[in-house]
Amino acid sequence: MGSRASTLLREEEIEEIKKETGFSHSQITRLYSRFTSLDKGENGTLSREDFQRIPELAINPLGDRIINAFFPEGEDQVNFRGFMRTLAHFRPIEDNEKNKNPPTSEPLNSRTNKLLFAFRLYDLDRDDKISRDELLQVLRMMVGVNISDEQLGSIADRTIQEADTNGDNSISFSEFIKVLEKVDVEQKMSIRFLH
Amino acid sequence: MKSLLKIFEWATLRIERGAKEKNHPLYKPYSNAIIAKEPMSLEEEIKEIRRSGSNKDLDAAPEFEMSDIFYFARRGVESIMDDEVTKRFSAEELESWNLLTRSNHNFHYISLRLTVLWGLGLLIRYGILLPLSERTIDQSKNDPLSCNFMSEKVHLMCYRICVRALTAIITYHDSENKPKNGGICVANHTSPIDVIILASDGCYAMVGQIHGGLMGVIQRSMVKACPHIWFERSEVKDRHLVAKRLSDHVEDKSKLPILIFPEGTCINNTSVMMFKKGSFEIRATVYPVAIKYDPRFGDAFWNSSKFGMVNYLLRMMSSWAIVCSVWYLPPMSREEGEDAVQFANRVKAAIARQGGLVDLLWDGGLKRGKVKDTFKEEQQKLYSKMLVGTQEDRSRS
Repeated sequence: MGSRASTLLREEEIEEIKKETGFSHSQITRLYSRFTSLDKGENGTLSREDFQRIPELAINPLGDRIINAFFPEGEDQVNFRGFMRTLAHFRPIEDNEKNKNPPTSEPLNSRTNKLLFAFRLYDLDRDDKISRDELLQVLRMMVGVNISDEQLGSIADRTIQEADTNGDNSISFSEFIKVLEKVDVEQKMSIRFLH
Repeated sequence: MKSLLKIFEWATLRIERGAKEKNHPLYKPYSNAIIAKEPMSLEEEIKEIRRSGSNKDLDAAPEFEMSDIFYFARRGVESIMDDEVTKRFSAEELESWNLLTRSNHNFHYISLRLTVLWGLGLLIRYGILLPLSERTIDQSKNDPLSCNFMSEKVHLMCYRICVRALTAIITYHDSENKPKNGGICVANHTSPIDVIILASDGCYAMVGQIHGGLMGVIQRSMVKACPHIWFERSEVKDRHLVAKRLSDHVEDKSKLPILIFPEGTCINNTSVMMFKKGSFEIRATVYPVAIKYDPRFGDAFWNSSKFGMVNYLLRMMSSWAIVCSVWYLPPMSREEGEDAVQFANRVKAAIARQGGLVDLLWDGGLKRGKVKDTFKEEQQKLYSKMLVGTQEDRSRS
C-alpha cells in the first residue's frame, strides 16, 4: 500500500496525457487505477501476461491481436502513456467539441485513426498491406475450427476481390477505408464513459 | 457505531479537501463501473455494423465483412478498461476512509487533526482491542469436547468466544429458517471467519481438505468432538467418493447439517461467483445463507495470495470491528426436471439477491487459474454460424 502512493500520477503528467489523448482528468485517474491493478509486478509497466489475466479478454478470439496493438514494434512492456495512447482510439468523437483546446494534429480518436487501429489488427507483419495470407490467418482466429480451409479461402478471395482496386492482390489502407466508407465507425469503435 | 461512521465521513472529506488545496492527485476507487457496456449479443451487434455499412438487401447478406472485426476489437478494449472478474479478487475499495491506512491509497500528511485522529485510532486498536482478543483466545483453548448435548453448548460457547475475540458484531435475520439436521447449509465465502460466524449460531459438520499446520491441529481436535468430514487431498479429486460420503452423512438424520461453501475460494464480498455443482447433486434439502460484511469497519476479505493466515488474523483482530449480517433463507430442494447446475444457479441467485451482491457466472477458480479454452471456442462457433449460415441460404437460392 505504501509503494502505491509514490507511484501516483503527477499533475504535469496528467496534463500531458490530457493534451495527447483528449481524456478528461477524472477519466485519466480512473484508468490509472485500472492500470495499477493490472500491473501485478508493480513496476509501472504492463506485460502481455498482465493483459492475458483478464478472463473476458482471454476468451476473445482476437484477444492476442488486441493485446499486440498496445506494444510497439519489438517491445514487451507498455507504460501508462502507451496504454492511454492506445485506449484513446476508442474515445467517442463528439467529445472533441467539448475540448477547449483544439488539437494541433489529428486526434487519436478520429475516424481515420479508428480505422487504422482495425487495419492494424489484420496487418500481421505491419507492412501496411493486408495480404491474402494475413486475412486468412485472422479469419481462422475468428472462426476457430468450425469452417473448412476451402470455405475460408473462398471467403478471403471474395473479400480481396471486392476491396482490391489496384490489382496487387492485397488491401492497402486507402482501399480499406473505401470499403468501409459507409460503416458507422464513429459509434462502433467507441466506448462511452460514464462520466 | 454511528459516531464512528460520522468520524470516517469527516476524515474522508478532509482528505479530499486537503488534496484539492495542495493539488495532489486523488486515487479514485475503480471498482465502480467506468464505462457503459452495450448488452447486445454477438449476432445482433455484427448485423448492426453490417447494416450501416451496406445498402445491399440483408437477405442476401454477405458472409463476411471486414467491419466484423469492430465487434471483437471493441469488446476486447472494453474488457481491458473494466472487466467483471479481476476486481472480485482484491479487497473492495471504499468511497470514505475508515482511518485504516491499509484501505486508503490517498494517505498523505494532510492535516494535524487527521493524523492525531489516526494515531488515536491506532493506539486504541493495537493497544486495547488486540490484547483483549488474545486473552479471550487463551481462555478458550482448554475445553475438552465430546459429542452430546453438553458438548453442543460448549461448542457454541467456544465459537462465541472467538466471535468476541474478533470484536464481531453480527446480525442474524430470519432465524426460523436455520438449517436442520440432515440438510446442507450453503453460503457465500469471503473469509475463514464465515465459519466462526455461522458456527456460533448453530452446530454444523464441516467439510474440507485436511490442512497442515495450525489449521490441521484445529481440524483434528474438532474431529474428536463431532463427526466432521475431512478429506485427504488425493480424495478430493475423486468426486464420487466425496459425493458418497456427503450423502451418507446427510441420510443419518441425527448428524448435524453440513456446511459447504460452493464457490470453492474466498471472494471479496461484492459478488457471488459460480457454485460448484457437487454439493447440489446430493438429494437433500439445501438451506441457503447469505453473509454480507460491512466494509466500513474492517474488510474481512482474505486475499490468500497476498496475506498468510497469521497476518490475516492479526489484521482482523486489530481492525475496528467485523460487522456483518447473516440472512437465513428459506430451504430449497431440487425440483423435477432441474439438473444440478440449474439448481445451483437458482440458489446462487437467491443468495445474491438477499445479500445485495452481483450474481456472476464466472468461476472463482479464475483467481489462480486460467480461463478454459471452451469459452473462446463458444465465441468462435457463434461467429462461424454467422458466416456459414448465410452461405447455406445462398446455395439454396
